[in-house]
Amino acid sequence: MSPTPKKTNPPSDVILEVKDLVQSYNGRAVLNGLNFKVRKGETFVIMGGSGCGKTTLLRILIGAQKPTSGSVHLFGEDITKASTQELDRIRLRFGMNFQFGALFQSMTVGENIALPLQEHSQVDPSLIEMVVKMKLELVGLTGFENFKPAELSGGMRKRVGLARALALDPELLFSDEPTSGLDPVMTAVVDQLTLDSTRKIGVTAVVVSHDMTSCFRIATHMLMLGSGPRQGEIIAEGTPDEIRANPDPFLQQFVRGEADGPIAFRLSQDDYLKHLLQEG
Amino acid sequence: MKFSFESLLNAGGSRLTYGLLNLRIVAWILYGFTRPGIIVPSQILSQIIRIGVQAIPMASLVSLSVGFILAMQSSTELGKMGADSFIPDLVSLSLMRELGPLLVAIIVVGRSGSAVAAELGTMKVNEEIEALRVMAIDPIRYLVVPRYIALMIMLPCMTIFGNCVGLVGGWAVCTLEMGMPSSFYIVRAMQRPELWDLYSGIIKTAVFAHIIITTACYQGLNVEGGAEGVGRATTSAVVYSILWIIIADTILTGLFYFVL
Repeated sequence: MSPTPKKTNPPSDVILEVKDLVQSYNGRAVLNGLNFKVRKGETFVIMGGSGCGKTTLLRILIGAQKPTSGSVHLFGEDITKASTQELDRIRLRFGMNFQFGALFQSMTVGENIALPLQEHSQVDPSLIEMVVKMKLELVGLTGFENFKPAELSGGMRKRVGLARALALDPELLFSDEPTSGLDPVMTAVVDQLTLDSTRKIGVTAVVVSHDMTSCFRIATHMLMLGSGPRQGEIIAEGTPDEIRANPDPFLQQFVRGEADGPIAFRLSQDDYLKHLLQEG
Repeated sequence: MKFSFESLLNAGGSRLTYGLLNLRIVAWILYGFTRPGIIVPSQILSQIIRIGVQAIPMASLVSLSVGFILAMQSSTELGKMGADSFIPDLVSLSLMRELGPLLVAIIVVGRSGSAVAAELGTMKVNEEIEALRVMAIDPIRYLVVPRYIALMIMLPCMTIFGNCVGLVGGWAVCTLEMGMPSSFYIVRAMQRPELWDLYSGIIKTAVFAHIIITTACYQGLNVEGGAEGVGRATTSAVVYSILWIIIADTILTGLFYFVL
């Protein structure tokens, strides 16, 4: 059996703590010694360009992947050392909203939301039905219980994914690119739902996104991951105002969405020449 | 990691090898006896319908054709020796011992084994398997075990049904084409086989069912690389299932012939 995860005594309001986290693939560090904390009630947004390791980080945070080194303390327990049984117990305390919903295609919307309740609670089926209706009302999809995921639009699927993630009333909600591929109105709707979850229900949210408008709309705390020459580092961390005021050119290029800057989209002249002259 | 029954149930984080999949299926079924409700009966029933009942028409058609073929082919040779009366014996014995289990299994591989591999593979690509794990639901318990139990129940049933349909095919040729009395065909076809002939066929179907469903689930759950990966897994599930079924059939037939 795996060793029992060592209990730590973090400050009571810290529910997620990442320490010296490293993830490497074939000797290349995608995440390089990350350290940060998420406090109760926060909407913690992790931003970064494509390929910067956001999704890898999220997979490590939910226990779907073991890091190369470092630790992730979730609700005070180190999930990198937890057994599957211990991890399952921790997983009941958080919900995960996948980028494309990850809804079970063979089930209806209602069955998708009911599944975690059927599996992890002893409540009466009629009560589960009522909870499903309440969760659908929360995401503005009342009356869609009997629809199959294939019959819904992308935005609706994301909202059903959110409703399923909230089915067990988790303390913490992870959200992977909740607004990618949505029109501005639907983006605002999904953002509002995330805000409702955190402000009205009291859920702490960790959102991975590269949609700047959305990030600044929902975040109470932000973290920017680097890419390219600064791959795997934390470029900046702070409140939305601190992020806006941060002079780091890498961060500012990303926040303003500019093509020219330290985030290169093609090789430098020297590197390109080397690449051309490379044999084989 | 200490090897124990509990460690098998909770080995969700380990890389899924074929051996581990088999051990985990057995562990969950045994655990299911101690915790009724952990394996949902309605899921088993829905899989019985999807991978068993819905394959019956195709399996019946093949069995009927095999009955026709066996009777027609044997009548040519046995007729030359004046041994027409042995055709019902040959049809019933061939179906029960060998052709019934083998052909129904191959039909189920093509129809249900490929469907299971494609379904689980698509679920893996669409992050549905990941979603189950994040919801603290073990995919082996929730997806694999109901399919396993369903096929272990249905393949022997389908084989027995297929044998009966095949006998009807043989009867049609013997009575309508060769003018053999129906009563004679039925008596010969029923009297000649012994109970062991039926049992040996059923034992084979149980082994075939195990091969089909574990191969399909293993290939489906290990899909990598999107739609192309799903296609590859489906092909592998069918090819490896048929290969292992024929190897297992040879071993079992040898075992029954030489040992038992």
